[in-house]
Amino acid sequence: MTTITENAVPSPRRTVKDEMVAFAIMTALLLVVPLTGVYPFFVMQALCFALLACAFNLLIGYGGLLSFGHAMFLGTAGYCTAHALKVWGLTPELGIIVGVVAAAALSVITGLIAIRRQGIYFAMITLALSQLLFFVYLQTPFTHGEDGIQGIPQGILFGLFNLSKPITLYYVILAGFLLGFLIIYRAINSPFGEVLKAIRENEPRAVSLGYKTDQYKLLAYILSGTLAGFAGALKVFVAQNASLTDVHWTMSGEIVLITLVGGLGTLFGPVVGAFVIIAMQQYLAGFGQWVTVIQGVIFVVCVLTFRRGVIGEIAHYFKRSL
Amino acid sequence: MSINLQALSAQLLVGLINGSFYALLSLGLAVIFGMLNIINFAHGAVYMMGAFAAYFLLNIAGIGYWPALILAPLAVGLFGMVMERTMLKWIANLDHLYGLLLTFGLALIIQGVFQNYFGSSGLPYAIPDALKGGMNLGFMFLPIYRGWVVIFSLIVCIATWFLIERTRLGAYLRAATENPTLVRAFGINVPLMITLTYGLGVGLAALAGVLSAPINQVRPLMGADLIIVVFAVVVIGGMGSIMGSIITGFALGIIEGLTKYFYPEASNTVVFVLMVLVLLVKPSGLTGRAA
Repeated sequence: MTTITENAVPSPRRTVKDEMVAFAIMTALLLVVPLTGVYPFFVMQALCFALLACAFNLLIGYGGLLSFGHAMFLGTAGYCTAHALKVWGLTPELGIIVGVVAAAALSVITGLIAIRRQGIYFAMITLALSQLLFFVYLQTPFTHGEDGIQGIPQGILFGLFNLSKPITLYYVILAGFLLGFLIIYRAINSPFGEVLKAIRENEPRAVSLGYKTDQYKLLAYILSGTLAGFAGALKVFVAQNASLTDVHWTMSGEIVLITLVGGLGTLFGPVVGAFVIIAMQQYLAGFGQWVTVIQGVIFVVCVLTFRRGVIGEIAHYFKRSL
Repeated sequence: MSINLQALSAQLLVGLINGSFYALLSLGLAVIFGMLNIINFAHGAVYMMGAFAAYFLLNIAGIGYWPALILAPLAVGLFGMVMERTMLKWIANLDHLYGLLLTFGLALIIQGVFQNYFGSSGLPYAIPDALKGGMNLGFMFLPIYRGWVVIFSLIVCIATWFLIERTRLGAYLRAATENPTLVRAFGINVPLMITLTYGLGVGLAALAGVLSAPINQVRPLMGADLIIVVFAVVVIGGMGSIMGSIITGFALGIIEGLTKYFYPEASNTVVFVLMVLVLLVKPSGLTGRAA
């Protein structure tokens, strides 16, 4: 039986040099975006989803756990940051901290519950938990139900950077994305990441070697949920609203789709996937529900014929790890 | 706190009906999971297709409720078998999670197509003449159609249990679930059985859809949220036992109905909260084997 991370290139062949080069190219491309005339809002949105998908990918690609409820971290952090900025009038940096702490707390609670089952059950439990939160947010007053929290002030970060200026906002979002990306990169390449990979490949053996595998999985889940929350907090400054769509199961499905298209278990796949899917949504926005159908078709095609994803195929072709 | 028996029994009936749907759907999920090792995310979408099939039969072909009760599950079951042969079959040797992703994609396609043509509002489907009206039971007024749905679902559930646990065909099925290679060696056509099993599971969901059409109206998204509740039901009950799925389905429907009466704010979430409690107390589910 092949595992869902079959495209993750085995560890020995990984060379840090390739990844450094790829990271340098990605950073350079993203740095010059404002000079090229590409709509910065689109890139900022894609960066938030890229970080979200990278966080999701940490869990499935390196921990072998498929979460079908990652929207709950995106939405929870979004609501909390939005509330902190608008109602409490906090500064952007404090607002982000509020959102990230909320997502971290949520990931601890849901992680302790979800980690009790594996595989397919884990996916169903995370989906059910996020649906539970969806109904909670639908009914609690602070989220303003169907309207969501709107017109959120962007404020001045650290008292220096005026986030209502698009160019400043762009570089702040980019910095946030790169920070999150590097945290994930560091985690994967740490002893912790190696143990995670060992658990993914052969859990009974990892147990026999004395690793408390549940604790490692829980830690990976918390890290993933917290970083997904960071993406949700950043997204508030871009979209200037927080609404129920961010907690809905369709959002969780979109996160899975982004990662699948880019390449499950690859380092750069989720970033590429985010740009592909967000661009597709932009161009097809006028087609109404056909966007859902197209997303479904992409799911089916990816699972049947394109399981490695864009980056996975490239890495496979060049026999490198990316 | 004084209890209004009339209102309480009305909510209990709603709970029993929802429980019937949970039982039929989780039963199908369990049967499919046993043979194909996939969680059929498209289960909500085929439930919706069952309701639409009944609607089309009535409004295009003029075929009424009773024939639709058989024809709609057959048609949708056939559709399911085509899906199995053309798509699900190719990922049988891969990680279970790919099955979940593939059927999620199929659900998006099916629901998206129906939404394009029918929007999000509901289409009416009339209760058949023979089941119109109601009975006064003294403590409550029982609409006959609703009573029929509960009793008929129960019969179908028991029949399915009998088919799988007590017949020769069911014995092959259970054997193939345990060890498909060995069963094939005995000359039994396992791939055909897999296809038929998927058809059976999907057909059960479609039947639930037909039953719900006169109660809940026919809507493209009628199965989208329902399937997530059914997932929670499956996590609570476990997928190891057919009878377990049936009992859990009905029991959770009743608990949901009671919640609607005693604390309506929590009626949307009570099944999920129960799932959390069960996971904390007995992680392997009430009847399930650990997975």
